[in-house]
Amino acid sequence: MTPKLFCSALGVLALLGGAITYVAHARATDATVATENAVPVVTGQPMRFDGQTLFFRNLADGPDSGKLAAVPVADPGAARRVGELHCDRFAAARGTAICLRLKAGSLPAMTDLIVLDANLRERHRETLPGTPSRARVSPDGRFVNWTLFVTGDSYAATGFSTRTGLYEVATGRLVKTIEELAVFVDGKRYFASDVNYWGITFAADGNRFYVTMASKGTTYLIEADYRAYRGTAIAENVECPSLSPDGRRIAYKQKVSTGVWRLAVLDLDTRQVNHPPDSRPVDDQPVWQGNNTLLYPLRNSSNTLDLWSVGLTTPAKLLVPQATSPSFG
Amino acid sequence: MYLASVGPPRTLLRRVPGNVVALGIVSLVTDVSAEMVTAVLPLYLVFGLGLNPLQFGLLDGLYAGATAVLRLVGGHVADRWRRLKTVAGVGYALSAISKLGFLAAGSTVPAIGAVLAIDRAGKGIRTAPRDALISLSSDPATMGRSFGVHRALDTIGAFLGPLVATLVLWASLNDYNSVFVTSFALATCAVILLATVVQNHTPSSAFVVRASAVGLLKDSGFRRCCVWAAGLGLFTITDSFVYLAVQRRWDIATSLFPLLPLGTAGTFLLLAIPLGRLGDRVGRWKVFVGGHLALVVALLVVCGPVGAWWLVLALHGAFYAATDGVLPAAVGPLLPEDLRATGLAVLQTGQALARMAAAVTVGLLWTLWDLKPALLAFTLALLAVTIAAAVFKPLEVRR
Repeated sequence: MTPKLFCSALGVLALLGGAITYVAHARATDATVATENAVPVVTGQPMRFDGQTLFFRNLADGPDSGKLAAVPVADPGAARRVGELHCDRFAAARGTAICLRLKAGSLPAMTDLIVLDANLRERHRETLPGTPSRARVSPDGRFVNWTLFVTGDSYAATGFSTRTGLYEVATGRLVKTIEELAVFVDGKRYFASDVNYWGITFAADGNRFYVTMASKGTTYLIEADYRAYRGTAIAENVECPSLSPDGRRIAYKQKVSTGVWRLAVLDLDTRQVNHPPDSRPVDDQPVWQGNNTLLYPLRNSSNTLDLWSVGLTTPAKLLVPQATSPSFG
Repeated sequence: MYLASVGPPRTLLRRVPGNVVALGIVSLVTDVSAEMVTAVLPLYLVFGLGLNPLQFGLLDGLYAGATAVLRLVGGHVADRWRRLKTVAGVGYALSAISKLGFLAAGSTVPAIGAVLAIDRAGKGIRTAPRDALISLSSDPATMGRSFGVHRALDTIGAFLGPLVATLVLWASLNDYNSVFVTSFALATCAVILLATVVQNHTPSSAFVVRASAVGLLKDSGFRRCCVWAAGLGLFTITDSFVYLAVQRRWDIATSLFPLLPLGTAGTFLLLAIPLGRLGDRVGRWKVFVGGHLALVVALLVVCGPVGAWWLVLALHGAFYAATDGVLPAAVGPLLPEDLRATGLAVLQTGQALARMAAAVTVGLLWTLWDLKPALLAFTLALLAVTIAAAVFKPLEVRR
């Protein structure tokens, strides 16, 4: 063996050995096996939808990180009640809930969509490709809907797209993607290869819904009729819409620059856009608490998320630290 | 070479120049490294970093254009300095280093964009000198087989990548950094392999390089090949549209959708060597044109009432096997040795830019007419150009 070959063989061995050592080290120092919760947590308490509970995904370090947690709406600083349910996204309304969970060990990524009843027991499960992004339940509890990120539909390409679908809880009808929705922009039927949908929000009648559609660099707010299965673009630059319980306003994230959004509220009658007094960057679908308060996660200094609330005109306050995906039962 | 000691491919690999096999193994290892990152990237961005991956998708077109330009630069510099191996090595090394960039970039969006750009730049730089090395290391009579072997080894790497990524994630308890570190280690091993096992090829002629890319295009044979390759590229439908059409036509479960490209890659792997050898025997341009015919048939099956999805994927894979390695094998012998990398870069960049234009055109037609009519119109145009390319054959028909 020549010295040159010997050196290369040594180099290859060193590299592979280094990689294996790194993997072994990562396995040994896995953060999720921490034994202590960083915040007070109580277990064994029932978790039910009673209208007085705030549910969220617990992000505080410890054995219960990533689990669904609950605190009383009146006392959000109380010790978190947790069960055994792990969800990456969670939403609930009228005794129905949806839990999106990344399927372990799946490449390309798959997501389990689990429909739950009022006692958080599993009613139905679907497995679809993609990683969890948004989840919602219609105010009447009849529809659950979701948005997943899917990788480029092309061999060896790194494009991303979103796929938004819904499930009728009573009938079991599954719409894997709403891309077949007949959409009209400026009165004309819109076709394009690059259409992406995300963030459905249903009205109280369980038929009218709003969703963001993106195509060719523009995002449209689509107002859609589920039974007629058609939609119309009614505004631009409205992403992740969330309809207020009275159906008059849409809270959403408004693009400020590439990759930066802020909270905004559109009045559907007057078409006026207002900004609640919090201009920090938001990247989620806001949740309404009543008709005057919004809940949303913000990135914190430890690079996780905190839950904040803001009134339409009153200042923002920290609601629950180390938490995301808020929802009321 | 450990690969030479396994069963049936033994005799085949022995007849293929050692340098080509070595380059194939370098590509295999590099592709494992690249595809393992591609497989975990969406999970890493969404779960590891909590980012919104749509921000990255928009940059894709920009990268493709930049890669095309860098391919020309890589080819030209490699010829100019007569250092094919060194320039290819720089490309491989850039991609290897970019893997560690993920650890340094953290969750900063522009930094991640830069890391992805460096990876693509490395790929752009290395392609032309690598293909020139394959071409110069081979006997002109069996060049199709050489490129077939290289592309087959390359595709094996693409298959192994996601498997290795799954293994690393499982072993490290879902630590994404472990995937990047492993990917970096493998990519660096490939650079070491290139440096020690692959032989550089210096042109035998003592003459100084006199012509440039412009001079090359004055050669009518080469110019016609470039024009026809680009002309066919203008009507070659992008992969993603093929898969979308297949998914709609047969209502493929969305959970199986990500597996469709594996069908294409599998056929590509199986047919790369046989079709390369066929090209050596009956003429490479015939096989190249025949590959486009396979794509036409695949698209007609998608639009028509009969057939099955697997048939479309098999034909799509055959299209790749009959074109991807066969084109450089067909054109390589036309080029002077000291301008091989430049010439191949011009040829492949022209084809790549034409295919980008095709993607835009299909998108536009889709906006006007919806998917099926757009597909049908495009397919008929491709058929017309394919027939013309067969009739006007820019290359002498080889025995």
